[in-house]
Amino acid sequence: MKEIASLLAQNHILAASVILFGIGFVNLLLQKNLIRKIIGLNIMDTAIFLLLTSFGYIEGRYAPILVSTTDPAQVEQYVNPIPTGLVLTGIVVSVSCTAFMLALTQRLYLRYHTLDIDAILMMVRKGGN
Amino acid sequence: MSAKELWTRFAAWVNGEAAPAARFEKEYQPKHSPLFRRKPREVSTGQPKTYEVWFYRVSAVLASVALIGILLATVTRLPLHGTPGTPDQNEVAERYVEQGLEETGAVNLVSGMILDYRAFDTFGESCVLFLTAMSVFVLLWNDKHSLPPKLEAERKEDDIILAEEEMHLLRHAAHFLTPFILLFGIYVVVNGHLSPGGGFSGGIIIGSGLIFYATACGQKTVSRFFDRKAFYILNFICLAIYAGAKSYSFFLGANHMENPIPKGIPGAILSGGLILPLNICVGLVVACTMYAFYALFNKGDF
Amino acid sequence: MIYLEYLLLIFLIVCAILAPLCRRLLNAVLVFAAFSTVTAILWLLMQAPDLAITEAAVGAGIDTVLFLLTLKTAHFLDGTRDKK
Repeated sequence: MKEIASLLAQNHILAASVILFGIGFVNLLLQKNLIRKIIGLNIMDTAIFLLLTSFGYIEGRYAPILVSTTDPAQVEQYVNPIPTGLVLTGIVVSVSCTAFMLALTQRLYLRYHTLDIDAILMMVRKGGN
Repeated sequence: MSAKELWTRFAAWVNGEAAPAARFEKEYQPKHSPLFRRKPREVSTGQPKTYEVWFYRVSAVLASVALIGILLATVTRLPLHGTPGTPDQNEVAERYVEQGLEETGAVNLVSGMILDYRAFDTFGESCVLFLTAMSVFVLLWNDKHSLPPKLEAERKEDDIILAEEEMHLLRHAAHFLTPFILLFGIYVVVNGHLSPGGGFSGGIIIGSGLIFYATACGQKTVSRFFDRKAFYILNFICLAIYAGAKSYSFFLGANHMENPIPKGIPGAILSGGLILPLNICVGLVVACTMYAFYALFNKGDF
Repeated sequence: MIYLEYLLLIFLIVCAILAPLCRRLLNAVLVFAAFSTVTAILWLLMQAPDLAITEAAVGAGIDTVLFLLTLKTAHFLDGTRDKK
């Protein structure tokens, strides 16, 4: 037990991102309000991005922006640039997803005059407008 | 059905005049084939019972806690944070770091990676942004002013408040700060291959500056220099330049040509070959999309 | 430096728990903006400045604006509009 705790404390970013992912998942399942559901989904996104970035980080190395343009670059100087690039694309896709979901939420509100997903589902099942 | 009739129907469908209705005229009726004897499921319309609600909540929390537990157990087996020699420090990363400057000409290796080695990925990314803007147009464009009258009245009221009230502080701050925000955004875009930043972040900063100006002075002021037509034209030109620059070899069927733009001296602004123009294209697409989101969410038009 | 990371991670988890529990949706959105900003600081510590600058502009800027505009359309910003 103590070993596991110390391992998690050393791997703190991974552990925290896993916990954040769980919190976002609980929100996605339990919240009835659409805005809170979208916030939960965004928290899950951020958790995944933290996890991916943490894989590329190496202690004592610097960001992949070359210090000198004349000397050949050494691998031992810089962190891994691949996860950074992947997450950069991911962030922008998550913004587009959020905008799309919020637009759908606005349309749902304009039709059903509520943001409560249960009330909306009830109205849909009853066939009312 | 003759070919001419088909063509007229297709043309009407493209022009948005009439939906191809013939297929949907009949009311959909589920068939009871002998293979599937079950009746269509009855959907309950009453409130769920209390024990059902609590069962759902408790099982949701339990499932999430189990998920967190499994993932934490996985984390204990993963390589430690910040140690060298993990499996993802492979020869690809080594190649990018060691040969990146020579092959792409970019000092910022991340920019060099996403706009040179993996430029097609970023092209798909820009297309995702454009598609999202179009989807939001479909959902929220209020061109026929068909919103509920209360909401229309509120939006008109917003315009009146902006026109009448003397918001000196906000207006002066906007007039003073917007050029600097835009300048900073342009700096981040243009220096994308030399310093942190690039098309995405710079474009978002430019979009935020436009949003700030539109909040203070009204969307009509912004639409004097950036309207829907400018949005379409800018997006089309940028995506076309990007597609032409990176995908012609797919159609011509040969290896990629030698880059016509010289790499230049690493560290200068005009260096890095195609990276600078592509950064500018991506930045413009992102800025246009962000402002379009704001305008459509706020007024439904711009 | 590792204690700063612990502090920021604890702040992140507290924000993530609090954001959906706030009674007013406006507060939830603002707590989420704080969450994004702290994520940007963490990425700066993890030597990923490209991500930090993007997340700071996205999380605190565009996302918050879009959430607030949705809340405005759905009349959830009580007390921020003058009654006439």
